[in-house]
Amino acid sequence: MRTVRILTTAVLAGAGLLGLAGGAHADSATPSPSASESTGAAGPTEAGTSFRTATAVKPDQPATADASTGDYLYWVLPVDVAQRATVKAKVTLPPAASRHGAATWRLDVYDGLRRRQACTYGTQSRSAAADAGTVELSCTLRTVRSWAEPWANDPLPGSYYVRLTVVDLPQEDLGQPVHTEVEASVADQGGAQAVDGSLAAPLVPGAGSATAKADDAGSSPRPAAMAEPDGGWSSGRWNDRWLWTAAGGALAALAGIAGYRATRGSGRPARIPPGA
Amino acid sequence: MITRKRLAAGVCGLLAAMGVALLPTPATAGEPDAKPSPKVELTLDVSGSMRARDIDGQSRMAAAKQAFNEVLDAVPQDVQLGIRTLGANYRGEDRKVGCKDTRQLYPVGPLDRTEAKTAVATLTPTGWTPIGPALLGAAQDLKGGDGTRRIVLITDGEDTCAPLDPCQVARDIAAQGIHLTVDTLGLLPDAKTRKQLSCIAEATGGTYTSVQHTKQLRDRVHQLVERAADPVVTPVPAEGSRQCADAPKLKPGLYTDREKFAEHRWYRVDVRPGQELRAAVSIGADRAVNNDYGVLLRASTVHGREIVRGAEAGDGRTDVISSGLRYPKAPMDAPDGAEEAPAETVCLQVSNSFSAPASVRTDPGMPVELSVDLVDGPSDASDAASFGLGHGWWLLGALTLAGLVAGLLWGWISRWRVTVWRTN
Repeated sequence: MRTVRILTTAVLAGAGLLGLAGGAHADSATPSPSASESTGAAGPTEAGTSFRTATAVKPDQPATADASTGDYLYWVLPVDVAQRATVKAKVTLPPAASRHGAATWRLDVYDGLRRRQACTYGTQSRSAAADAGTVELSCTLRTVRSWAEPWANDPLPGSYYVRLTVVDLPQEDLGQPVHTEVEASVADQGGAQAVDGSLAAPLVPGAGSATAKADDAGSSPRPAAMAEPDGGWSSGRWNDRWLWTAAGGALAALAGIAGYRATRGSGRPARIPPGA
Repeated sequence: MITRKRLAAGVCGLLAAMGVALLPTPATAGEPDAKPSPKVELTLDVSGSMRARDIDGQSRMAAAKQAFNEVLDAVPQDVQLGIRTLGANYRGEDRKVGCKDTRQLYPVGPLDRTEAKTAVATLTPTGWTPIGPALLGAAQDLKGGDGTRRIVLITDGEDTCAPLDPCQVARDIAAQGIHLTVDTLGLLPDAKTRKQLSCIAEATGGTYTSVQHTKQLRDRVHQLVERAADPVVTPVPAEGSRQCADAPKLKPGLYTDREKFAEHRWYRVDVRPGQELRAAVSIGADRAVNNDYGVLLRASTVHGREIVRGAEAGDGRTDVISSGLRYPKAPMDAPDGAEEAPAETVCLQVSNSFSAPASVRTDPGMPVELSVDLVDGPSDASDAASFGLGHGWWLLGALTLAGLVAGLLWGWISRWRVTVWRTN
């Protein structure tokens, strides 16, 4: 009976530790509503038209832009290690009366090296019927890792470019006014994807030349793509694997004590007479 | 999660403090006084057809004037703005003369709002639509300085001055490497005008808008002028060569070049051991191209061995196709007698698989934007998992079981030892 009690204690203690780890995961996954409200109020109302002129947005910050059908609209946002970004776009089309047919809209995401990134979920491309009022697109990226082999195009921490455009439309509809809304959110995926190794600098355009150029004041302005996440880039060294491993170690120690005590029975060898 | 946040905050604070102490912050690089001021030229069609009264009940000319007045009031301080007209003066029927009729109404420079507005007010719809010569003139007006240049072309009809194709003119201007963009606005455009204007926009990386209302015209012109004021990195022209041996050596930075269909361009970059080369390339589709296309960026040694490549393919309507690569060079000890290990010359090859119908001119080549960056090398992974740490319930189960077995063994051994000791 005593053995059972000890084991139960051990398991409960372990669960307590785990609660800490699990709680950590849950906390970081849900951004606090107040934070998103305060940043959301001041979203940009313009979009860039190329990689170089992309407008910087922050996660959970809705960005809007008025544009002409056929424009290529670019935004750029920072995504850090262990985050999985989801980009959502909504296009309000011109009045159906002035359109001549279905149009296909497309949302593409590129990393800081302008490599196209795959979407794991979401409708990246959608055809809007001739009478549709809006098109909604979304793209969920893979979880960003802290390191990847140079030959892989795994997502790495750095800038991510979002490009929104119409890819197929009747030629008569070019140049008509559209209103676009883009919002990116990031979800922290915890340590499940945490890999070893890290980059010296995030995959941000001009990361290496920025410090070198800072000396001459007349050099080109700081590109918008160099925006950092709130609180700066993480080192990638911290992840909840530390908690899991520590919890495992503690559980192992408790289990060891429990096992040790289990071999001792009630604490006195049975054949020794009481009072001896 | 408090621990984590505190840790992160602490680390960030420390890094920030170090950054402030050690490095001049890059933000200071963009001081307004040092920035080259962007130039914009509004190019307005004043041809006879602008008399038509079909924009919100007023004439196209009146709509344009109203829009101009409101835009001129809101031009950002540091933008140098000029106005050029086309077809404003010659009333006659002689096409040759009519097609030369383009004139700078207000010179590019710091804006005097009253003067500019008075100049605009004098305009009356008159002559022909020489878009090509107007673009050439506007490009001339915008010469000088390092800032971005933007032509905003507002017209209601297609160019009536063949054989000078305005679309080709725009592409030639853009190919001069002067960061010039042409944004076009068509007032109630017909199919031909739309085609021509969107072709001009496409050729220079600009935008095309079809205008139906005065408010739309004003908002769009205002937006384009504001856009010109945004600070942006201007790339440096570079000319890649046909093979690596005589390729230009690039330092970290942003470069532009031109590449024809199926052409290869080579560049060289010196990468020291312990550094990581990052290169990204975009090739712009600035003309009508076939539906499928691709780009290949390849890093190879001077002997031709491929190290790593970035490739991308696509189809359909696009502005650019781009790809990139990373090449971390392993750290190496300096050889005897040298201060540091020698840098390796890496050859970068940019090639494309664009193609076009035979009717499309291949000259000048398509715009290439190449970004080269050198950063410190990554700290490589010694284990798949972060620091070799574990994660998940199986890990806990395994560790607990291992602990239990260890405890049991320890207990049995010590009990056995006590028994042995007692019996002796």
